[in-house]
Amino acid sequence: MGDAPLRVRGLTVSYGASPAVFSADMTVAPGAMTAIIGPNGAGKSTLLKAVLGIVPRVSGQIEVFGAALERQRARIAYVPQRASVDWDFPTRVIDVVEMGLYRRVGLIGRLTRQHRATAGDCLARVGMSDFATRQIGQLSGGQQQRVFLARALAQGADLYMLDEPFAGVDAATEKAIIDVLKSLKDEGRTILAVHHDLSTVPDYFDRVFVINKSPVAEGTVAQAFTQDTLQQAYGGRLATGLLDQLFPATPAAAAPAFPARPS
Amino acid sequence: MGAEFVALSLPPILIGSLAALACALPGNFLLLRRQALIGDAISHVVLPGIVVGFLLTGTVSTWPMLLGAAAAALVAVGAIQLIQRIGRIEPGAAMGVVFTTLFAAGVLLLEQSDTSNVHLDVQHALYGNLESLIWIDATGWQSLLDPEALAWMPPELIRMALVCLIVMAFIGLLWRPLAISTFDEGFARTLGIPATLLGLALVTVSAIAAVAAFDAVGSIIVIAMFICPPATARLMTDRLAVQVALSAVFALVSAVVGYVLAGYGPIWLGYADAVSAAGMIATVSGLLLAAAALVGPRRRGQSA
Repeated sequence: MGDAPLRVRGLTVSYGASPAVFSADMTVAPGAMTAIIGPNGAGKSTLLKAVLGIVPRVSGQIEVFGAALERQRARIAYVPQRASVDWDFPTRVIDVVEMGLYRRVGLIGRLTRQHRATAGDCLARVGMSDFATRQIGQLSGGQQQRVFLARALAQGADLYMLDEPFAGVDAATEKAIIDVLKSLKDEGRTILAVHHDLSTVPDYFDRVFVINKSPVAEGTVAQAFTQDTLQQAYGGRLATGLLDQLFPATPAAAAPAFPARPS
Repeated sequence: MGAEFVALSLPPILIGSLAALACALPGNFLLLRRQALIGDAISHVVLPGIVVGFLLTGTVSTWPMLLGAAAAALVAVGAIQLIQRIGRIEPGAAMGVVFTTLFAAGVLLLEQSDTSNVHLDVQHALYGNLESLIWIDATGWQSLLDPEALAWMPPELIRMALVCLIVMAFIGLLWRPLAISTFDEGFARTLGIPATLLGLALVTVSAIAAVAAFDAVGSIIVIAMFICPPATARLMTDRLAVQVALSAVFALVSAVVGYVLAGYGPIWLGYADAVSAAGMIATVSGLLLAAAALVGPRRRGQSA
């Protein structure tokens, strides 16, 4: 247990001239659910993608379970943003889930009955068994997100990285996904998710990593998810009503009934 | 029928089919990656390259022409980048401008150079010389077993067969990473799949197919086969493997039916002369696509 699932040192990522993530340090605690939060354009997704080698980094060191990323690929699962792919692609739900088996099946190995059973189990775990042979474009947004989660489950990883898994999904899907993530946590696996909805952070997550290009705070929800750190990261962009709802100890004058969700 | 067919029709049909197959198979992935115009682009860019290759060596042998084509492709890629940066023109338009300009330059070069004594002209570039790829030494089906006659098969046939094998081996061996990275490139990278390299390899293999096919059958077939059979197949199925298999079927059907229609269609209709086989093959592939667009089971808006 000595090696953190993920340790990032001095990570800088740049799109063009200005850095999207600047000098980020991060240590992900094992067996916990950590949310990466921050305002739009704060580099949350970029941080995740740079850690995974999807976008190139200018500088920085990444250690996964105490070793180089390339040696630990098999221990990482990734759920990209749903909007990042073309859902009109000619593929069925079960084919997508089987993509998660790639490292186990290999380049030209055959899918055995056991592999297929694993893929079916993963689909069942997200409540999508009935949709196995559907073309993925016929699914609702929430169902597509669950298929992506099932694919990650098929990877059988120890560290799950998710990019906004709750973005634009229905309430039933949100519940289904959080249940799966919590069951993964109960199995001792580590979860790291870019998360947008501040109001659910204390319910869903154990730890937070607050970032606005550079890290602002890191720790348990009690330590790092405070009015102070949020204001530091979001500045004026945070609806005052939301802060009041999150931290009722400091009541303010007129709080709107619903928090304005950053879009 | 036997002797004449083997000598005059079999080689062009085989070459046309192999060329169609070599272009249609990678075309599936290019289409899904929204890079379908790369086939079009390559087949246009190679013209000036081939002409320059010819002018420098004075022969129409394969290697100088292929090297010239490759060099032209590199020049084109560089020019596209340059135009995008300096001219602030969107990528699609930059591509279109560069390829059209290079093709036009190739036409001018062809006109000005003394290529009258070789079969290198604008017509050849557009619709190839499929009908002229005959096997004079063949005396019938038994010639297929006669090594002496086999040695005089059109060299395009061997070359196209080889390229087709390369294409099939590439897609067959790298099927899984190709499929995953075409669908979800970011996820593919997290699996350790070198997605950039794979994308480059796909374009390279497509370029090899385009250049070889261009040499044998002209650019019309190349352009049509990169897009039409895969697009037709996409309208018939929701599974990638089925799509690729169907695209091969549609490519072969286009090549064979197109060749036969070009050769015999006008005669059946009472006209004296056959029409261009390349033109007819491309037309058949377009008609297949139109038919699939009208009645295919997986048109947009159709559910399973």
